[in-house]
Order: sequence, then C-alpha cells, then structure tokens
Amino acid sequence: MTPQEILQGLYDETLVGNAPRVLELTEEGLSNAMEPQTLLFDALIPSLEEVGARFERGDFFVPEMLIAGRAMAGAMERLRPLLAETGVATVGKFLMGTVKGDVHDIGKNLVNIMLEGAGFEVIDLGVQVAPEKFVAAIEEHQPDIVGFSAFLTTTMPMFKANINALEKAGLRNEVVVMVGGAPVTQEYADAVGADGYAADASACVKRAKALLDARRTKVPA
Amino acid sequence: MSSSPTAPTSTTGSSTSSPSEERTALIACGAIAQPCATIVARRGWPVEVHPLPPLLHNQPQEIAGEVRALARRLRPSYARVVVGYADCGTYGALDAVCDELGLARLPGLHCYDVYAGADRIERFFEDQPGTYLLTDFLVRSFARTVERELGLDRWPELREDYFGHYTRVVWLAQEPDDELRRLAAAASDRIGLPLTVVETGNARLESALEALLR
Repeated sequence: MTPQEILQGLYDETLVGNAPRVLELTEEGLSNAMEPQTLLFDALIPSLEEVGARFERGDFFVPEMLIAGRAMAGAMERLRPLLAETGVATVGKFLMGTVKGDVHDIGKNLVNIMLEGAGFEVIDLGVQVAPEKFVAAIEEHQPDIVGFSAFLTTTMPMFKANINALEKAGLRNEVVVMVGGAPVTQEYADAVGADGYAADASACVKRAKALLDARRTKVPA
Repeated sequence: MSSSPTAPTSTTGSSTSSPSEERTALIACGAIAQPCATIVARRGWPVEVHPLPPLLHNQPQEIAGEVRALARRLRPSYARVVVGYADCGTYGALDAVCDELGLARLPGLHCYDVYAGADRIERFFEDQPGTYLLTDFLVRSFARTVERELGLDRWPELREDYFGHYTRVVWLAQEPDDELRRLAAAASDRIGLPLTVVETGNARLESALEALLR
C-alpha cells in the first residue's frame, strides 16, 4: 500500500470502528517508515473529529462513538511510546475521573477519547474517585486541567467537595477545573465554582483548549 | 376512600381518539403505558392513555419537547392533560414544560421511583452503586431497548464499556411470571451480572396515578 492508501484506510477503518484493521494499518505504516505523528495527525485524529461531527449532527450515537474510540485507542497504544520518543508536545495534560459514589463512565470515556484525539495527554483515574485521590493525583501528575464527571443528581454535589479539597490542599489555583455529565448545567458548574463546563465530548475539547489558551495568555510562561 | 379520582363516566385505556371535554388525557411513556392503561381500565377512570415512544429514553433531551407537542395537540379535546413521566433524565426540562402548560406529572426521577419508591431505589444505589435496574418492560424488550440500542448486537465487545463497573441487575418485577423470570435471567446472563428480583407489583404506580388524576 502507498502511504496515502494507508492514511485513507486508517481514516476509513477508524470511522467504522474496525479495531483489528486499524492496528494492522498502523503497523503497516510504521513498517513503511511513516512517522507516528503522520499516522496520528493525518488520519486518526481527522477520523475521530469526523466521528465527533457525526455525533453532533445526530448521524452517530454512543455505540458508534465508543467503537471508533476503541479502534483509535488500539492504535494509540502502539503509537503512544513512539510519539513520546519524538518529543511531540501535547496540547495539555488532562486528569479525569468520575466522582465518588458514581460508577458511570461512558460519557467520561467518550470525552477521554476526544481529548486524546485532539492531542491532550489524558490520565484517567476511573470511577468512584474520592476527593483525596484527586488531590494526590494532581500533586503527582501536575495536570493543566482536572475534570470531574457525574451522571447522577445525587453525586453532583461531589464537584463542590472535590473543589473544597483542592482549596484545602492549596491546589485550586494550580489547575483548571472542568465539570460535566448528563445532569450538569452551566449554572450548576458556576454555582460550585468550576472554571468550565461542556455539554458533550466535542464541546469539552473546544472548551478545554479555550480555557488553556486563556490561562496561558494570562500567565506568561 | 374513593376509588375514582374523577367521575368514572366510562372505562378505556386505549389510545384511540375519542375526544370529550369530560375526559382526561394521560401522556405516558411507552415503557409504562400498558400498566397505566390496565389500571385505568380496571378502575374505570375516564382517562385515555396516549403513549410516547419508549425509546425516547435513550435521547431524554427530546422527551420534554415531545410531551409539549402532544399536550398542545390534546388540550383542545380533553378537560385535562396529565403527564405519565417522572423526570426521566430530562433534568428539569420536563418540569419546565409542565410549568409552562400547567400540567402535573408523576413523582420521582425515574419510573423506578414510581414502582419501588424513591427511598428504596436510593438504598439500592447506596448498597451497590453499580446497580443496573430493569422493569418488566425492559425485561420483555431487552434485545431491542437495551442490546440493540447500545450496539451490543453489533459490537458485543462494548459490554465492558457499558457494564464493566456494574455489579448486579435488580429487576423491579411488576407482574412476574415464568416467562418474564426466564427473560430476566437471560438478560442478566447476557450482560454477565447476577440478578436480584424485587417484586414491586403495580400498587405504587396505581397510587401515583390516582394522585396525579385527583
């Protein structure tokens, strides 16, 4: 296959979530001396962006998003160490978790996929993440953004508990706080003192980038 | 105690159009429309049930708009319109429509609250946050409303994405019979979780309907 055929194949097969074929094409590209960032930025990310666009238009639903994400994740497992070796800078570091008492993570995982596809380094703490675990992970990983996810109205109050824990640990000003989940609104995000909220995975990526741009403009490196 | 929230001028649970200014229209989620219609018929309430598609639950952001549109269509033909939905994942959007049109709805966050009581549902989740709830409707329609809608028929490997953090299925059984028990067991097997059966009956739904129609 030519490099162009490999890129087109990667784009097409990611779009339909054909994970085994995506991995094969990734291997074929690498064995043909294609750069990992070429495979990522010229095929995988555009494909995932198209997945997100179709989701926004209502042409794709959650299963299509998840299956495409799994295909992308398989390729990323292969490419991640190679990308690290090349020193390609990430857009930012995003620490993510579903709050304590809540096991729902489909939305969070979709956001992770879109963030990684957009060039973020994502560290996922999983589900039922207690405030002290968020604090410890922020101290360890020093992310640019921390994201709290909740699916239940009964667990949304953990956003405030988490933010209080960050304040108590002296970390609140060190990190941008984003919140999200089905019951969450901009008003609720404002009320608990979050910096950002997004209604879906695509919007989260745009909002995260905008928040980081604003922060970097405000705080000279 | 009166057996009828309004004068029982006739008995019907059908959704066929029979406009009368003496009657009440119950806009019901398709997932509870059948037991509602059965209760309405048995009690002889002057109510006609108008179901909306149960699959709206997979796009709950559309429920409020659908209820508004149907309520507007029905209002000229009925003395009253009421809503047979709980909040159902609309996170207040349905309440906004009810306020806008002066409609009452069923209590609670989901039909699970209506069947089993909100306190009991809360205890299930406190006991095991990874509790996946089923009703008779969901048991009966599992292949369509759960497996197909979640894409598990096409991509069984997504099972882990959806149910990886769940620890049990709790079936809120309204009218369990051998066939439903078999289907519930098969459903929990297919998603690889142990099944707990909690027999709720329809008594709470009936009480909630009675209060709604009073």
